[in-house]
Amino acid sequence: MSIPATGQVVRVPAVEGWFTLDHEPHLIGCRCATCGTFVFPPRSGACPNPNCDGENMVSTPLSRVGTVWSYTENRYAPPAPYRAAEPFEPYALAAVQLEKEGIIVLGQVPKGIMAADLKVGMPMQLETDVLYREVVDGVDTEFMVYVWAPAGPTAAESIRDRS
Amino acid sequence: MSDRDLVVLGVGMHPWGKWGRDFTEYGMVAARAALKDAGIEWKDVEYVAGADTIRNGYPGFIAGSTFAQKLGWNGASISSSYAACASGAHSLQSARASILAGFCDVAMVIGADTTPKGFFAPVGGERKTDPDWLRFHLLGATNPVYFAMFARRRMDLYGATAEDFAQVKVKNSRHGVHNPYARFRKENAIEDVLNSPIVSDPLRLLDICATSDGAAAMIVTSRAYAEKKLGSLNGIPRIRAVSTVTPTYPQTILELPDFATDSTAVVAAPARGFKDSLCWAAFEEAGMSPSDMNMAEVYDLSTALELDWYEHLGLCAPGEAEGLLRSGATTIGGRVPVNPSGGLSCFGEAIPAQAIAQVCELTWQLRGQAQGRQVEGAKAGITANQGLFGNGSAVIVSV
Repeated sequence: MSIPATGQVVRVPAVEGWFTLDHEPHLIGCRCATCGTFVFPPRSGACPNPNCDGENMVSTPLSRVGTVWSYTENRYAPPAPYRAAEPFEPYALAAVQLEKEGIIVLGQVPKGIMAADLKVGMPMQLETDVLYREVVDGVDTEFMVYVWAPAGPTAAESIRDRS
Repeated sequence: MSDRDLVVLGVGMHPWGKWGRDFTEYGMVAARAALKDAGIEWKDVEYVAGADTIRNGYPGFIAGSTFAQKLGWNGASISSSYAACASGAHSLQSARASILAGFCDVAMVIGADTTPKGFFAPVGGERKTDPDWLRFHLLGATNPVYFAMFARRRMDLYGATAEDFAQVKVKNSRHGVHNPYARFRKENAIEDVLNSPIVSDPLRLLDICATSDGAAAMIVTSRAYAEKKLGSLNGIPRIRAVSTVTPTYPQTILELPDFATDSTAVVAAPARGFKDSLCWAAFEEAGMSPSDMNMAEVYDLSTALELDWYEHLGLCAPGEAEGLLRSGATTIGGRVPVNPSGGLSCFGEAIPAQAIAQVCELTWQLRGQAQGRQVEGAKAGITANQGLFGNGSAVIVSV
């Protein structure tokens, strides 16, 4: 893959409509217009609540902050369709519980923050990071994904200390 | 015995391994072994319930007819079940329903698989609306990622250690060394596990089950047919319950291949989570309780998941599984041996065959035929299994 010399990099989400790419990104879920339950990833059609016959799932931003339900760290490159960098660098994943929505969402953790830096119950915040980079129709493109990063001053310090 | 019991007349398996041959070859070996064990002929089989696999091309999806044709068309009725790792139990349920409805008296339940090397990966092609494809693409969330998150919760919430997980492997390796159908028949020391590389932290290579080729088959019959053939049914293993219940909304545990759980914002979490309810549905159907079980074959996709199953089965309270393991209760010779076969730890997973293999092991144990790994005096046992997409099973067998 050759990167054009223009220095122009375009950022696009690696999956459409699941999260925003602004300064304070958030996940995009859906909420049932009838019973009010939440879903992620976003989807149209029937509400998953068996006691509800709602058919109108309305797009809604989800909380940016939550707490770690569990976490792990991949030490080997996952198979395709994951696009692992070469050489492969281990990375962590965290499942984060969102209090208001009552759901747990799995995501990657920013590069460089490992399992040893995480703990069940720890506060986390939604950010975005580059999943992979590719030239698309001559345009240098970064495909972005949402990530869970440790939140709060303590976490920010401990990350700064390590870098 | 109850009229709703099913008699297990015969069981058979092809040894697990990484043989790389056509899965129907393994199935044939298992089918013929089960027929011989049952003392019946292929032409006596009225119903073939096949457990499907997805990686063997066209015939894999239609296992019932695939095996019926391989054995030579005999006019039997067929069904084919796909329920991920629970496919074998769903095919047993299909055979059971047919027998209990009075449609037939003799059924073969069969599953076989040939697996690729390495991580299980999703079906090929770019499928951006398929969560199973997207979890690999966006997150690199392999199956061990999910197993590891369950393990990590045990550590952070209950104080489980890497040594506890390793002891599950040590125990199962000691059980499986005596099983002629197991793929890995080597006793592992705790150091073997702790020195194996970390795959998905905290799980190491020897904490995680491999993927294997293998086949298992059973002949199940109505009570009337078995009584006519055998005279007395004393000491003959019977299927007392088959549970294949789905989760109850909201499913609050993050299970593969999902990105997120259901929401508890409107409906509170059910009193029993999915894996608890799988086991309890079986206990309720059989009219038995966890304390009636003399053994269990559970789905140890990882060592830590075996510990989770102790709690789902009600063998101990949540958070007490490490203590139960350390007490020796789940080792052969203990109060309720778990995975006397050696479990997935010694077999590796041959998906459509695995839930059937669990019932084969209980059958041999209940007949006193589990040479070298016998649970002495066993009268009843339960299997527990879970797969993707809300599939799972529990089967109770007793004499």
